[in-house]
Amino acid sequence: MRIDCLARGRVYNFHMTAPIRITVNGAPRELPAPLTFAQLIDELSLAGRRLAVERNGEIVPRSTFGDTRLADGDRIEVVMAVGGGE
Amino acid sequence: MNAPERIEGSDTLVVAGRSYRSRLLVGTGKYRDFDETRRAIEASGAEIVTVAIRRTNIGQNAGEPNLLDVLPPSRFTILPNTAGCYTAQDAVRTLRLARELLDGHSLVKLEVLGDADTLFPNMPETLSAAKTLVAEGFQVMAYCSDDPILARQLEEIGCVAVMPLASLIGSGMGILNPWNLQIIIDRLEVPVLVDAGIGTASDAAIAMELGCDGVLMNTAIAKANDPVRMANAMKLAVEAGRESYLAGRMPRKPYQASASSPTEGLIKSATSRRG
Repeated sequence: MRIDCLARGRVYNFHMTAPIRITVNGAPRELPAPLTFAQLIDELSLAGRRLAVERNGEIVPRSTFGDTRLADGDRIEVVMAVGGGE
Repeated sequence: MNAPERIEGSDTLVVAGRSYRSRLLVGTGKYRDFDETRRAIEASGAEIVTVAIRRTNIGQNAGEPNLLDVLPPSRFTILPNTAGCYTAQDAVRTLRLARELLDGHSLVKLEVLGDADTLFPNMPETLSAAKTLVAEGFQVMAYCSDDPILARQLEEIGCVAVMPLASLIGSGMGILNPWNLQIIIDRLEVPVLVDAGIGTASDAAIAMELGCDGVLMNTAIAKANDPVRMANAMKLAVEAGRESYLAGRMPRKPYQASASSPTEGLIKSATSRRG
């Protein structure tokens, strides 16, 4: 089985694994699998930025990004600090 | 000059075991840009700055500076807040993310709003969130109404500071109920900081003269015509109010005038009358 998946303007060709459909900050995305959180952050052009990630309501520690894989249907939140007071 | 020397650092604000020279805490919202944010916060002398937690913009402005580059956690105590949360669940979730964002930093500002028009706190939700957060090891500074009983309940839950409002968030209406604030200040052991509603420097001075431990504000500085100058005014007002509180004001003596000048030795003309 071969799948062409378009993500961020690039076509990914891969075999064996179907792409996963996830939601990131409320927007649906289809990404090639297997996909770690580190790869997701790269895909979102957020590498090196100070952020925090939640999957299905649970914190995903940054220290685990390299070896934690996303699963189909995951709801992901990526947050940062912004100006705000009260 | 025979004035007693003031020992630097002897009068500090202690929150969650850490001492701060500044009793002015500031928000980081509503500024024109990060440069104005930085300059105003420098001028305020604040050491604790509060920030909001929001979804990262994805695919937009990938190279834009980050607030925490402008206000590095190595220099400031970053106080993540739950502004915009209307349930205990959302507030707790936001602060768990904040703790991860700030490498395990546990000092947080809890606020759970009850109404989008007044931004009054929802106190049952605030108490519920405070219980969960304290159980999870957070050090909670809780924004609250000026109800002394609810303020005491926040202390009993284990909040490290209680922060009653002076008036509505962002309203600049000043201190509406100094009497309630006074009761809270007198009855609580943990630091009491007046949060929200300060409009101008005299409001901040009055809050400090009541004996509160600090003042938190955002809009009064950010929406002044000259935010950097107002930040300095607030710094001076908080310091003046604190000094005034420590000095102890003279008693109020309604309708009892008392001249400061000697009553003896006045030159008198034949027609002068006793005043």
